[in-house]
Amino acid sequence: MSQLKYLTNGFLKENPTFVLVLGTCPTLAVTTSAINGIGMGAATTFVLLCSNIIIAALKNLIPDKVRIVAFIVVIATFVTIVDLSMKAFLPSLYSALGIFIPLIVVNCIILGRAEAFAQKNSVFNALLDGIGMGIGFTLALTIMGGIRELLGNGSIFNIKLVGENARTILLFILPPGAFFTYGYLIAIVNRIKAKHNI
Amino acid sequence: MAKLKSSLRNMVLCLFLISAVMSAALGYVYVITKGPIETSQKKAEIDAIKKVLPAFDNDPTKDAKEIDGLTYYIGTKGNDIVGCAIKTYTNKGFSGTFWIMVGFKTDGTINKIEILQQNETPGLGDKMKTNWKDQFNDKNPSAYKLSVKKDGGDVDAITASTITSRAFCDATQRAYDGFMKNIQPQLNNGGAK
Repeated sequence: MSQLKYLTNGFLKENPTFVLVLGTCPTLAVTTSAINGIGMGAATTFVLLCSNIIIAALKNLIPDKVRIVAFIVVIATFVTIVDLSMKAFLPSLYSALGIFIPLIVVNCIILGRAEAFAQKNSVFNALLDGIGMGIGFTLALTIMGGIRELLGNGSIFNIKLVGENARTILLFILPPGAFFTYGYLIAIVNRIKAKHNI
Repeated sequence: MAKLKSSLRNMVLCLFLISAVMSAALGYVYVITKGPIETSQKKAEIDAIKKVLPAFDNDPTKDAKEIDGLTYYIGTKGNDIVGCAIKTYTNKGFSGTFWIMVGFKTDGTINKIEILQQNETPGLGDKMKTNWKDQFNDKNPSAYKLSVKKDGGDVDAITASTITSRAFCDATQRAYDGFMKNIQPQLNNGGAK
């Protein structure tokens, strides 16, 4: 099945975070713990999936000159839906992610996929692309959040692995640690890609 | 189907239709989430009040009062007032404003403090969520100076987070001042203990 590649592209080959380097703002900001990474990834995946489907379905009805405006309206709607639903049903996650949920609107991954993929492909392919890219983004954020939480706080998924007074590398929870982690992970992914010729 | 041309009519029509459909969808979601959002916010508030006040059996959110930016929740058991929870804030936090809930017993002694909403530095300032805040329990601010030891007060600051600790004291002091000004006189008049 040749379409399978649309799904798996996002995992490693065109991973939005580590290879395309899109949407770095939420990547750096919310990944202070693995749970935050998963929450942000899931919210983004939902928005990406819905906006990809709608935009692929409407691609012939949207005149070229106003396409970006139309895309943003569609994306903003889904982001607000996520925002309201999360506030209503997952208040604790909402308070942790806070401002970064509304900011999904300007996350380049979503507009980028709408522009580069959804508006040129069929609804089904756009759906696969949305799922794939979303999973890739979620994986990346969870790995980053996990590493930072482990080194900076000595815990993973809120399970404490070291004693209460153990010294951890606090730097990794703070903003500079995000850049260090991000840099090393990009390097590792590049190395894996070069080695296996992906 | 061929792509629509970018003529003025097409552009206006397309944007209008997309906006109309999307706003209808948003309106629908707003209506169905409005109830749950209010319930979850109220639940979070009641949970915090439960944590900071001695046992009570009324619904303190029902006649909560807001004076000067602070919200006062009075807890009663039977006919006796057991204490007052005050939602207070400070603008002096390391990352701006944060909100805490301070529970006072009727004589002005702090019962417990709970953090409502904060953005302090993870791993440093947000240590105030841990048992650090327990040092305030059962202290009466009339005899317990609400400022960090570095400033001549009685509070042990969080290591490497003096600003957060000072802000926390500021918020607690604000709540205590409000309690003495707005709640204490009422208690004396009502005669409840």
